[in-house]
Amino acid sequence: MLMKLISGDTPRSPILSVILAAILLSLAFAPFLFPGTRPLDTAAHICIFIILVASYDLMLGYGGIVSFAHTMFFGIGAYGVALSLEHMGRSFGAVAFGTVAGMILAAALAFVIAMFSLRVRAIFFAMITLAVASAVAVLVSQFSTLTGGEDGMTLKIPRELTPAFKFHDEKILGVRMNGKLLNYYMVFFSTLILFLVMLRMVNSPFGSVLKAIRENAFRAEAVGYRVVVYRTAVTVISAMIAALAGAIYALWLRYVGPATTLSFDIMLDILLMVVIGGMGTMYGAVIGATVFVLAQTYLQDLMGTASDATSALPLIPDLLNPDRWLLWLGVLFILSIYFFPTGVVGRLRGAK
Amino acid sequence: MPDVTLETRDLTVRFGGHVAVDHVSCRFHAGELTAIVGPNGAGKTTYFNLISGQIPVSEGTVLLNGNDLTRATVPARTLAGIGRAFQLTNLFPDLTVLENLRLVVQAHRGPKFSLFSRAAAHEELTEAAQVILQRVRLDTMADQVVTALSHGDQRKLEVAMLIALDPQIYMFDEPTAGMSADEAPVVLDLIAEIKADTSRTVLLVEHKMDVIRTLADRIIVLHNGALVADGPPAEVMGSDIVREAYLGKEIADV
Repeated sequence: MLMKLISGDTPRSPILSVILAAILLSLAFAPFLFPGTRPLDTAAHICIFIILVASYDLMLGYGGIVSFAHTMFFGIGAYGVALSLEHMGRSFGAVAFGTVAGMILAAALAFVIAMFSLRVRAIFFAMITLAVASAVAVLVSQFSTLTGGEDGMTLKIPRELTPAFKFHDEKILGVRMNGKLLNYYMVFFSTLILFLVMLRMVNSPFGSVLKAIRENAFRAEAVGYRVVVYRTAVTVISAMIAALAGAIYALWLRYVGPATTLSFDIMLDILLMVVIGGMGTMYGAVIGATVFVLAQTYLQDLMGTASDATSALPLIPDLLNPDRWLLWLGVLFILSIYFFPTGVVGRLRGAK
Repeated sequence: MPDVTLETRDLTVRFGGHVAVDHVSCRFHAGELTAIVGPNGAGKTTYFNLISGQIPVSEGTVLLNGNDLTRATVPARTLAGIGRAFQLTNLFPDLTVLENLRLVVQAHRGPKFSLFSRAAAHEELTEAAQVILQRVRLDTMADQVVTALSHGDQRKLEVAMLIALDPQIYMFDEPTAGMSADEAPVVLDLIAEIKADTSRTVLLVEHKMDVIRTLADRIIVLHNGALVADGPPAEVMGSDIVREAYLGKEIADV
């Protein structure tokens, strides 16, 4: 049963299995294990980035395609939901419409970009995605009558997903049974299902062709696979999943803006998460997203504590000052890429 | 005369001013093994590339069973029945031997676009791949990653990939190059087996004369991109033009 769910693609490392199980359980019971708004928000962020990074890995790690437009597709999904809620009213119908419309637009755009540029060299595709993504980001921030410009839009999401909605008066295990909890579990189960679906895809006949193309596109053609078709297909699928992640993200944040969905910073974060976790492994997305989001959220706090603890020493407290957190985040990445060139997952699998 | 399967008419390719293959017209028949010989740089591999589609044709046509494939893509030609093994080993390096073969079987039997079924659950593909592994005596290596294989075993896998494709036209480009004396016979026996199937056409680029003597029904000689001789082995091998092509005019005259 479990083997079927994970498509027979086991973590292949005892340590990795334990870490993945711990992450799964922590996320599944996050509202009960880590009370408070901020931990729950962090957990939801981890979930959403798992989808986003896994869908990017589908393209980069399995298809061997470098794209800089992943945040654009993410943004299209988020704005899709925001706009439909704005214009169609506060209903699940509007959410569904916005999500589907966003996914279709993302798929269409991905298809056009792929058809135009994947035939030629990979670097050309990367450049085209960069150009289109930048253009869309500028368009969204300038088109303020529709998109709210740089300020973004606040979403009126269905009441059932907000803290104001209580479906049980008593607290259970100290947790309020409200719409926020429902919203979190919507995020969590979407992530779980999408991740398992993607894991199935990379282990399907389609996935094995992708691996073949990544390994040796020339030979893949020679045994009869139309490489462009497969590359286009994976780009479209990846874009649709990214748009879906964007829609879920918008519902969770109840806000969309260029900085939370379209910015190039997020694109870099995704790239780092894929690399840290391990390309072409799917599980790497889980590890990468978890490590990265946790570091982003808690490194400052940790440094504050460390700085206070070392206040008697010279220089060190200054270095550990929370204001230097970006420096340390950078150091962490350099170290992780130096020591885990194949990512955390690659490293753990290699060690055995 | 058996049926013509593959035909090239005035097949030509130019790289800048250099004519690498020069108006080669040739018909290949079912049940026939044709050895393509010629000195290095004669255009043998380029001729192969034009037939299997890796290089676009400058002039002339490639016909398979009378259908014009001159402008067809590489995968289209492969699926139409032109199969090719490469001179330099050209595999999926980080996949296992079995995965390499399964991919080939899948390419022409499907399922190609199944996204949600498990690849490992398609047992018919695995079985077909395993049968071929036994034929090339690589069955004990099935779960090895290609990069861990010896050169000889990689060459065997290269041949196995072509057999898995089950094409109408088999094109071998120096299949035994770099193989040890005890490994080569396995591959040569396989080629003999393929040749015995009278519905198949085999093209073989080869330098080793003993191999050609035992396997070839016919020899064509390429020299500076042009077809200079065509006929039964005994006839072609003794001809002046072949000695000239291989040894240079001056020495041949002596």
